[in-house]
Amino acid sequence: MARRIAIVSAMGVADETVPQAAIRGPSWDGRFTVLILFLPPALLLFTLFVVLPIGEAAWYSGFNWNGFGRPTNWIGFDNYRFVLETRAFWLALRNNGLIIAVSLAVQLPLALTLALMLAERFRGAVALRMLFFMPYILAEIATGLIFSFVYDGDYGLVASIWRTFGAEPPHLLASTDTAILAVLIVIVWKYFGFHMMLFIAALQSLDKSLIEAARIDGATRSQALRHVVIPLLYPTIRLSMFFAIVGSLQLFDVVMPLTRGGPADSSNTMVSFLYNNGISRMRVGYGSAIGVILFVICVTFAFTYQRWFMRDE
Amino acid sequence: MSNAETVRAPYDPAVLFKAAFLAAVAVFVLVPLLATLLGGFKSLGELRVNPFGLPRHWEWQNYADILFSGRYWQLLRNSLIISTLTVTLTLITASMAAFTFAHVKFYGSSMLLSYLTLGLLFPAATAVLPLFIKVRDLGLLDTYFGVALPQVAFSLAMSVLLLRRFFRDIPHELLEAALVDGCSYIKFFRYVTLPLSRPILATVGIITFVNSWNAYLLPLVMLNTDALYPWPLGIMVYQGEYSSEWHLILAFITLTILPTIILFLLAQKHIVAGLTAGAVKG
Repeated sequence: MARRIAIVSAMGVADETVPQAAIRGPSWDGRFTVLILFLPPALLLFTLFVVLPIGEAAWYSGFNWNGFGRPTNWIGFDNYRFVLETRAFWLALRNNGLIIAVSLAVQLPLALTLALMLAERFRGAVALRMLFFMPYILAEIATGLIFSFVYDGDYGLVASIWRTFGAEPPHLLASTDTAILAVLIVIVWKYFGFHMMLFIAALQSLDKSLIEAARIDGATRSQALRHVVIPLLYPTIRLSMFFAIVGSLQLFDVVMPLTRGGPADSSNTMVSFLYNNGISRMRVGYGSAIGVILFVICVTFAFTYQRWFMRDE
Repeated sequence: MSNAETVRAPYDPAVLFKAAFLAAVAVFVLVPLLATLLGGFKSLGELRVNPFGLPRHWEWQNYADILFSGRYWQLLRNSLIISTLTVTLTLITASMAAFTFAHVKFYGSSMLLSYLTLGLLFPAATAVLPLFIKVRDLGLLDTYFGVALPQVAFSLAMSVLLLRRFFRDIPHELLEAALVDGCSYIKFFRYVTLPLSRPILATVGIITFVNSWNAYLLPLVMLNTDALYPWPLGIMVYQGEYSSEWHLILAFITLTILPTIILFLLAQKHIVAGLTAGAVKG
């Protein structure tokens, strides 16, 4: 869900306008009926459940409020101060940073390598693509549970590998040192196939004649790859990075079944921190302040990234 | 690609490396999935000493117990209701809005479209507390609609964009001709646009369905009654109750991800198309 955000720019919404013919279109009356019947449902739902709550989050974040009755206890920016003074918040922020780093440094190169291998047709290529894409289709919750079995210190796969070496199995998810590492591996497992598919789609729509021209001119396979194919993929790579970063900032569902952000807040993400501190205890003001901070980070990032890196598309 | 590559000898180191690499990734992906499926066929005792291998004793009972309990079916039913509501409402509202943006010129059109597409930037999690309060004030807490309506709202931006792009490819001249012949915009939408747009409607519908089917945070916040839980919530409760009886939990996981995998195999073309449509311009 979170990974769709960049599409605004990719689809070039702003640059299109309705064709001239539409302006000369027949009677205003017909159009009027469509306007008052067809637009309001979507706009109403969107305003009510997406736009207003974000505005309200900013408003509520100024109150000390448990969500019952009306908010009356105005405390200004104190909630933001409380959030920023919480060590767990900074841990969560660091973890989101780690997730972004692993996504960019491990996941995307892996996805790109696989895409280059699987974009060509050979026996089994399509089956492998589907297999690698499968984790992405699974629910985050299911993924998290599957891996909490894999990591289980008594029954899990990791434990049994440890035992074959005669060592006492670790409880990876129960240690503050390893919990976040365990989460990072799950994230690579779950999402690399999505990026691989993006790259394959891009590779298949590339102009093959450019590559052939380079080969005819005497470029080796790897030269053609490095100097022709990869540069042609830059737009997709930038988009993929965007998805990876925005998705990483909003990660939540995978963490819950694995660690619930623990132990001792060591594997919280910003959203699980928001959930554990704002929602489950109904500290509406405090939780909204976290939400606003996350919102500002996401939107600032999105606009900056689009301005700097995706302008030409 | 060139012939030289297709007739390359099988012992070519590059080919071997490639095969080894692909095999390693395949193992990385498959092992957790297979361990889950097979683990559900083991007893708890066997799971402990043999988490990897085939079960020595196939415990069909683990799966049977779940399939014959009402609980599993109730979770699927709830998920199905919520997802169907979400998909139906999304398709109706998004296609109507997309049609208007594609074919009706009016003052403020592009502004309203930009407003709607801002939705792509808003992460649901940031506003989930005010959303909870809003849903509560509307009296929708602990109802299917309380989950479905926000999900529709959050899927609208993407859906309208994809649909609009497709609708615009239906020639405007066709609409004009129909209007001259006395057809109304609404009839044109109903009898021309929608039937012509089945592929994109399927894509948008399936993507929305999968997102809603897998969703966790919104149902978690909006539902309090176990009887209404969709499967991601239900499976977390189940895991809590059976804490370390992994054989049962694994069987339960397998049975809940099975519908997802079947849907994926049936509709993979639409799913992949939907996910890559916005990202890659042809």
